[in-house]
Amino acid sequence: MAREYKLILKYADEPGYTPDIGCYLRHGGYEILKKALAMQPRELPNGGKKSPQEQIRDDVKVSGLRGRGGAGFSCGLKWSFVDHKSGKPVYLICNADESEPGTFKDRQIIYKDPHQLLEGMIIACYANNAHLAYIYIRGEMAGGARILNRALAEARSKNFLGKNILGSGYDLEIYVHRGAGAYICGEETGLIESLEGKRAYPRIKPPYFPAVLGLWMCPTIVNNVETLCNIKHIVAMGGAEFAKLGTPNNTGTRIVSLSGRVKKPGYYEIEVGRATIGELIFDEKFGGGLPDGRKLKAVIPGGSSAKVFKAGEKFKLKKKDAEGKMIEQETDMLDLPYDFDSLIAAGSMSGSSAIIVMDDSVDIVEALANIAVFYAHESCGQCTPCREGSLWMSKALHRLTHGEGRAGDADYLIKIADNIPGGRTICAFGEACSWPVQSFVGKFKDEFVAKGKADEERRAKEKTGPAAATPPVRHELATAHSLDEPRGHGVFQKS
Amino acid sequence: MSTQETTRTPAPAIEKIKVKVDGREVEAPRLTPDPISGKLIPTTMIQACAQVSVDVPHYCYHPKLPVAGNCRMCLVEFGTPTLGPDRKPILNADGTPKIARSPRPAIACATPISPGMEIYTNTPAVKQMREGVLEFLLINHPLDCPICDQAGECKLQEYSLDYGQSQSRFVEAKVHKPKAVDLGPRIVLDDERCILCTRCIRFSKEIAGDDALGIVNRGSYNTLTAYPGKVFDNNYTLNTVDICPVGALTSKDFRFKMRVWFLKETRSVCASCATGCNIIIGSREEAVYRYEPRQNDAVNSCWMCDYGRLNYKWIGREDRLRDVIVRGQKSAWAIALNEIAEKLKSAARGSVAIIASARQTNEELWLLAGLKKQAAALSDSVPRTGEADKLLLNADRNPNTNGARLTGICFTEMGTNLPQIANGIASGRIKTLLVFGEDVTKHGISAELLGKLETLVVSDILPNATTKAAHYLLPGCAHAEKRGTFTNAKGRVQRFMKAVEPPGDARPEWEFLHDLVFNVTGRDGFLTIEGLFKEMARDVAAFNGLTWAGLGDLGKSVSL
Repeated sequence: MAREYKLILKYADEPGYTPDIGCYLRHGGYEILKKALAMQPRELPNGGKKSPQEQIRDDVKVSGLRGRGGAGFSCGLKWSFVDHKSGKPVYLICNADESEPGTFKDRQIIYKDPHQLLEGMIIACYANNAHLAYIYIRGEMAGGARILNRALAEARSKNFLGKNILGSGYDLEIYVHRGAGAYICGEETGLIESLEGKRAYPRIKPPYFPAVLGLWMCPTIVNNVETLCNIKHIVAMGGAEFAKLGTPNNTGTRIVSLSGRVKKPGYYEIEVGRATIGELIFDEKFGGGLPDGRKLKAVIPGGSSAKVFKAGEKFKLKKKDAEGKMIEQETDMLDLPYDFDSLIAAGSMSGSSAIIVMDDSVDIVEALANIAVFYAHESCGQCTPCREGSLWMSKALHRLTHGEGRAGDADYLIKIADNIPGGRTICAFGEACSWPVQSFVGKFKDEFVAKGKADEERRAKEKTGPAAATPPVRHELATAHSLDEPRGHGVFQKS
Repeated sequence: MSTQETTRTPAPAIEKIKVKVDGREVEAPRLTPDPISGKLIPTTMIQACAQVSVDVPHYCYHPKLPVAGNCRMCLVEFGTPTLGPDRKPILNADGTPKIARSPRPAIACATPISPGMEIYTNTPAVKQMREGVLEFLLINHPLDCPICDQAGECKLQEYSLDYGQSQSRFVEAKVHKPKAVDLGPRIVLDDERCILCTRCIRFSKEIAGDDALGIVNRGSYNTLTAYPGKVFDNNYTLNTVDICPVGALTSKDFRFKMRVWFLKETRSVCASCATGCNIIIGSREEAVYRYEPRQNDAVNSCWMCDYGRLNYKWIGREDRLRDVIVRGQKSAWAIALNEIAEKLKSAARGSVAIIASARQTNEELWLLAGLKKQAAALSDSVPRTGEADKLLLNADRNPNTNGARLTGICFTEMGTNLPQIANGIASGRIKTLLVFGEDVTKHGISAELLGKLETLVVSDILPNATTKAAHYLLPGCAHAEKRGTFTNAKGRVQRFMKAVEPPGDARPEWEFLHDLVFNVTGRDGFLTIEGLFKEMARDVAAFNGLTWAGLGDLGKSVSL
């Protein structure tokens, strides 16, 4: 049966647990760092030697740990791309720019257990021969930055940081860098640009893969807060043991942020894939169900950029049967195991593991309009499709939610959204802003059409009806033209 | 890993790799020099396409600037050979390599080519993506083509022809941004027309070395601007107008003056300093409207300085010399030239001096050198200097100093003979002086001295104190009004063409000098510029072997 499994959040919410180093040390803190630093080169059968750093990197690979930031990319693989022979320094950056709407997991760690992050980070830096690391923290988390800076000072005073850490000969310094409040700074190359003091314009890949040409054009690793905490536990328990947590290819635990129309919104740490979406929403140990008398309407499974699931939606998932043969099994949306692969197979993603629940009281058009405003506001504006498309969609949805809709707006929105994702943009923001539109309008088309149609009918009535009818309120995003007149007097009209 | 293979330093000779562009095989170098640093970097798809003249539409890409990859117009589809477990390509039944098509498109401007790669630039999917990008670029664009200076040379218009829609489906209000922004003394910005390609930003930062421009705000509200409180005023600002693919950046000098499609384009060379930037003169009905740089990687890349670019207004000045004047009376070329020839023929050896101009062409200077020889004359030219910069502007403001040197008009150091000529006039030894294109009263030969001469022949374009004193005044031509060649500071011989007709009776100096030389020495056979150049190339050692046609549009380098 699904249950919470507290690995990262083992102590964070214990009564009396404080973010200071004394408390962390009393709970066995920095012991794993000591263990890592004390590791010896291992003799290989061929007479060669494997350095402790390589051993840790191997362990991370064996653990199957996948990035907790959103993409779910293998952490071990990411580390293996780092060019250690370039002669340039290797940098490590902790991505603490948690900004995906619906996500509030990293901040639990930062605010309640900052030393766990530092310990994981120091081990990760050690394993990758990095001597300088940054924590790029979201600007809005001013308190978090203060806590981290205090924790860094404490760690420095105990020689867990600085020169010759614990007599090992290894030097490391970590700095906190506060962002200025932009979602795009969570994109790793945008983050690097921002850290370099520039506009957070994501870089083009190729050639600017962080592992080769990252911060200051040096090899750079960017890992999420939760990912880095996991490094500590992988070293503690060994990669193979860690891999037993969760399900194959979806190892370890994840902290799920549950929000929206549930009785008990909050964050819940589970073994990856050991709870279904339905359990997370309805089980008493988790969300505890919808408000009384409400019916489920939709679920966004991985932060607002993930494609929405409609209640009752069914998916054909490939699965091994009892004899080990691959079979296709029809699975209800609620029965999807909450892991990386199942959600991708169902056409969405677990993203930053933020579940947003919507019940039948939610106006789906309004919900999408809200999401679209966010992405239009956060697009960095560097590349054309995302810059222009995100605001276009937002304006159309604003219109549709302010009495100026058209029945054709559903198709109109889909057509705009289809021109943005799929490698047309520099970074994944293109997907992030278009997937919600594609999925919301695609799966709830009736509601979008009905809303537009109602507006059209009302406007027609106002035209013919008594003059007393008040015109709709004009607003900043209102259209410049009458929506009901035929259009097409552009400069580029052909005939 | 394959990443190591691609980053390994290459053998001295750059390896060639084979790729296919729309089915056509191309052999392209694996590495190409970076336009800024010169460092070898992987060759990109767009460069391989260019090799077989396949034009991939683009806005932000510019071959001389760092790649930005932001406009997304150059998205193409591609595939790479499928590799077996032995890392060798798997073959189809017909022996061709099996190609795995990438599910995602790639920007041709930034994606490196790899052996066996197939690039598809004209598939339905590619066309659809281009249509999508163009639509996005136009939704917030003001579509004010009728009053836009860029109209006719605008990339939005060009690609609209290929990928535009006849009708807009955009029904929202457009984003409004600053209009007619005064960026600096020479540039006006219309932010609503700007497509945020950042070409101007990259040019200013990387080429001009002036990190003056940037983008503020976010998303669709992104706005190009100069650094707050800073004026965009380096000597290369007008290049941003050239590279702006749309009508966002316009030149204060040119805007609203002329529709570009009326302009005749003439290949020429800038005459404002010894660099000799290749230019295109835009003219209409015998009036010059603008200079634009013309690409020549051996000289000026794609750029020119604002100083040179705007130095053309004198060509159309009202007070241009139009008439042949003999002793204060309007005369005719034949009369003046015959009289001058007679005087030169009868002049005692050593009684003639010539002051030519290093703004004259090689051919003209060579013709004057012929007269010099005949009369055993003293000759020189006038140095003209200013402050140099790091990019293109040379301290030597004469366009043809090296021409004057190579033809023997002056010594390595220009102007050293001027005092001698002055003394010669003062002492009465020099009785005849020929002055071409210089006001010698500003260079040590006063009007009083000029008054002592028996014969003063002056050819110039604009009136000055020397032309006033002339016994024979011969109206000459601006370089835009004639053909000829200059030899630049580095010894590149470059030809320029005639853009406009000279005013009144003015004639190209080489034409009437030819007549004069014929009258004096009887030497003939070079009535055309081509023939004249040939004669000169035979006579001047440094020019041996050059021909007018052989110079081509980009010139030829000679050793100095």
